[in-house]
Amino acid sequence: MKALLLGFLLIIIPLQGKSQECKDILTGQVTDYHSKIPLENASILIIGDFPEVKTNKEGRFRIPNLCHGTYQLEISHPECTTILVEVTVEGNTKFDIKLEHHLEELDEVNVVGDAIKDKTNSAQEEKLRLKTLELYSSGNLGDALKELGGVSSLNTGANIVKPTIHGLNGSRVLILNDGVRMQDMEWGDEHAPNVDINASGSVSVIKGASALQFGGDAIGGVIVMEQAKIPVKDTLYGKTLINGVSNGRGGNITSELGRTFQNGWFVKGQGSFKRLGDHEAPDYILSNTGIQEIGASLQFGKRQFTWGWDARYSYFNSEIAVLRASHIGNVDDLIRSINSGQPEIIRSFTRDLQNPRQEVTHHLGKVNFYKRFEGLGKWSLQYDFQKNRRFEFDVRRGERDNTASIDLELTTHTLSTDFKWDAKEKYQVHAGLLGRYQENFANPDTGVRRLIPDYEKFDFGGFVIGEYQVNDQLLLESGLRYDFNRVDAKKFYQTSRWEERGYDTEFQNLIIDDRGTQLLVNPVFDYHNISATFGSRLEFNNNSNLKLNYSLSQRAPNPSELFSDGLHHSAARIELGDLRMDSETSHKITASFQQDFDHWGIVLEPYTNWVHNFMLLEPSGVEFTIRGAFPVWEYRQTNARLMGLDASAYVDWKKQLRTEHRFSVVKGRDVKNDSPLINIPSANFRNKITFTKPEWKSFELSLESQYVLQQNEVPENIMVFSPEQQQDVLLEINTAPEAYHLLGLTSKMEFPFGNGTRLTTSLVVNNLLDTNYREYLNRQRFFADDLGRNFILQLKFNY
Amino acid sequence: MKTIKFLSLALITGQLFISCSNDDDTPEEVNEEETITTMTVTLVPTSGTTVTLSSKDLDGDGPNAPVINVSGSLAENTTYSGTVVLLNETETPAENVNEEIEGEAAEHQFFFALGASLNASATYDDKESDYVSDETGEKFTTNNPVGIKFTLTTTDASTGTLAVTLRHEPKKPNDGTLADAGGETDITQTFNLTIE
Repeated sequence: MKALLLGFLLIIIPLQGKSQECKDILTGQVTDYHSKIPLENASILIIGDFPEVKTNKEGRFRIPNLCHGTYQLEISHPECTTILVEVTVEGNTKFDIKLEHHLEELDEVNVVGDAIKDKTNSAQEEKLRLKTLELYSSGNLGDALKELGGVSSLNTGANIVKPTIHGLNGSRVLILNDGVRMQDMEWGDEHAPNVDINASGSVSVIKGASALQFGGDAIGGVIVMEQAKIPVKDTLYGKTLINGVSNGRGGNITSELGRTFQNGWFVKGQGSFKRLGDHEAPDYILSNTGIQEIGASLQFGKRQFTWGWDARYSYFNSEIAVLRASHIGNVDDLIRSINSGQPEIIRSFTRDLQNPRQEVTHHLGKVNFYKRFEGLGKWSLQYDFQKNRRFEFDVRRGERDNTASIDLELTTHTLSTDFKWDAKEKYQVHAGLLGRYQENFANPDTGVRRLIPDYEKFDFGGFVIGEYQVNDQLLLESGLRYDFNRVDAKKFYQTSRWEERGYDTEFQNLIIDDRGTQLLVNPVFDYHNISATFGSRLEFNNNSNLKLNYSLSQRAPNPSELFSDGLHHSAARIELGDLRMDSETSHKITASFQQDFDHWGIVLEPYTNWVHNFMLLEPSGVEFTIRGAFPVWEYRQTNARLMGLDASAYVDWKKQLRTEHRFSVVKGRDVKNDSPLINIPSANFRNKITFTKPEWKSFELSLESQYVLQQNEVPENIMVFSPEQQQDVLLEINTAPEAYHLLGLTSKMEFPFGNGTRLTTSLVVNNLLDTNYREYLNRQRFFADDLGRNFILQLKFNY
Repeated sequence: MKTIKFLSLALITGQLFISCSNDDDTPEEVNEEETITTMTVTLVPTSGTTVTLSSKDLDGDGPNAPVINVSGSLAENTTYSGTVVLLNETETPAENVNEEIEGEAAEHQFFFALGASLNASATYDDKESDYVSDETGEKFTTNNPVGIKFTLTTTDASTGTLAVTLRHEPKKPNDGTLADAGGETDITQTFNLTIE
């Protein structure tokens, strides 16, 4: 096995010409096996009486005054496994070495270059490292991602946070959790991703659909959550994080322990628990906004260079209380809430989670196997299983408070395989296939007509991506993907709704049972989607680079867009899907220019996304029921254009003083009707000043200012008839809240105890000035102010 | 080799999951349990003709608007004793929702809003302690109004509106206006009335 490994690692370039005795020179370059990034500071030691040699910035080394003969070299690098190789020196010999690059997760200080590899070469891409993720340990993924340019969120209160990339969210943003595409009912506005932020080692965001290996329908982008790399050496390591949170009067604890062996075996376990009570706005308690989260995962397997496998199971359960005042009866209640300026129900603080609330459990299991073929590349095969169970409890009459109003179970099986040809220096090809089966079951015991019907879904996909390194400066990449989706649903429609939608003329043949007031229909729809990408990366000599990317992507409508039909109490609105929905097609062009100077640097990232048949949910009118009037929100398709810019810069003023600056703006337009798109994030500035003093126990202090402008491009408000007022009134459902400014403070210190143990303490203060504000992309902005000041004290032990 | 065995076993298990799922299931029909389809307000005068006001919305949250019916005009200077009956007619036999309201009387209240032009006034004719609590099985001990029974007194001939609203979890006690009471609207209907 070892011999094979060595053989594979070595590329020996034949020597040139004759040489004299003991005047031979051995030169070469040490690079990362995967990314081909030169490794600086690798040490090359010839066994025997020779001085140690280090590689320079380009990863090159030179050992003079050698004799003819065979030498044993020991090559080591802080982030890689040390290897021993044999080299025969005859004359001036060139000998290149590739190391298997491992992030040294026990001690991240030595990271040079980029240990977390980019997923694409030409797309806009950003990462959150473990250090940042840990600061958000008591929060959630959506909040952490807002650190990145162009990423915002659609919130339902503080606990339900859906990541939004370049103005798009939900089914347009894929979330990959350790190589598994999350299937957790991402279609609903009040459905947050069911992932534990404490379970991942890094998160990358690709702002577009160019990472075709993950899916072709990422019109917004892809969020890739990855596990920290497993070191291939004998070690036992772990960490525990404890957070105390003032706003919510609770906290969380998370702990992980890993055992790894030199021969590649590993096992790793992780668990976390979070409990918060009612949150508080500056002026009042946000009654019923507590949360409880439990997460656990276990992973084990064997990882070697040539082959390996791993199995992982993760469990995530969250119980989230939804602001009591946001549960309303009809349009008059909504008008009252909008006008009153403060929530109608304010109770004293409690940690109890009452109705309305949601309880979601997500199980994820996967097995992955890979094998490297010498001179060819790497093949992998993966099976994953997911089960997502969602309960939503409403404030109900009678004895029904403990019966969920929504009770859905989504089960998904996916089998995928891919092969990556990476043996050639100049080009790489990556191809793969995927098959998926999904089943949704809507429990009828709720006593409420189903919002999402029972359905089965079949997906099949295949992709090819290639990259070609033209020369040292220019790299080209392109890819193509095909996806087939079939959805086979069984749904009851009210006869009156079926006729009102006009389905009786177009879809009458779908009816399988007519029960009088309700119709059972069996829609079976097929979608064929093509996606493609083309991009280039150009490196300039003056520390700058330019990335250009075009991507075409298509997305089939999700169950909510097709089948929604009913009253949503949390929003007091009737939501209507449309069976006529067709796939939407996006053409997105992005550019990314980055330049680093001696003490400062900038990144500029403009983009435009044209979406044909863009599906959106918008207020369209009012329907009258015996309960009063309700705004109707209808899904419709139009052509949309999103244009935006993310810009960032940093300046190192002094050794200890650094400032960072970010600006993001996106403009969304419905080009068919020449009107603004709904729910587009406001332009915002983030400026941060950081002071670091490593001598004072790695002291770090930073102050961040976040200024969010008012969204001035919103769709028009609608006129509704108010039964209470007996007249038409303007429902200010689209009016955006005013601009706001928040200050945040973060400080951190580290206390090493020797023998690898370390305590890190940090204090984070959010909304330092206790500012009253409301955010346009928070669905609870109609009912209450956003969160007030919050202190988070964190203790982290590494061992 | 063990790995391979393990993996194939896992894959086969996965396949079994797929093949076991039954796709012939016909989903069960769900009838809204909580819907109130029909509200009938009966106004019985001390002498004269009884007037009934009704609102019926058989498709609940569906697209059809409720059908409103007022049986006749009210007489001048008359006292009517009113009762409200709520039904869910999507179920057979129709479910009487009054029972649930009575059982949760402390969490519910009807409001009777009279248009300014209508020469009439309404007063509550019942209180929470008239009803038996679902929770305790005994009569409520509080005496706030509920409004299942009320009195409507007319004066001079006029026309105007009467809006009947049922609120869930209003502030109790309140000053008798919707604005002060808050809570969620379970049902609301406005009737055009004539006094002659």
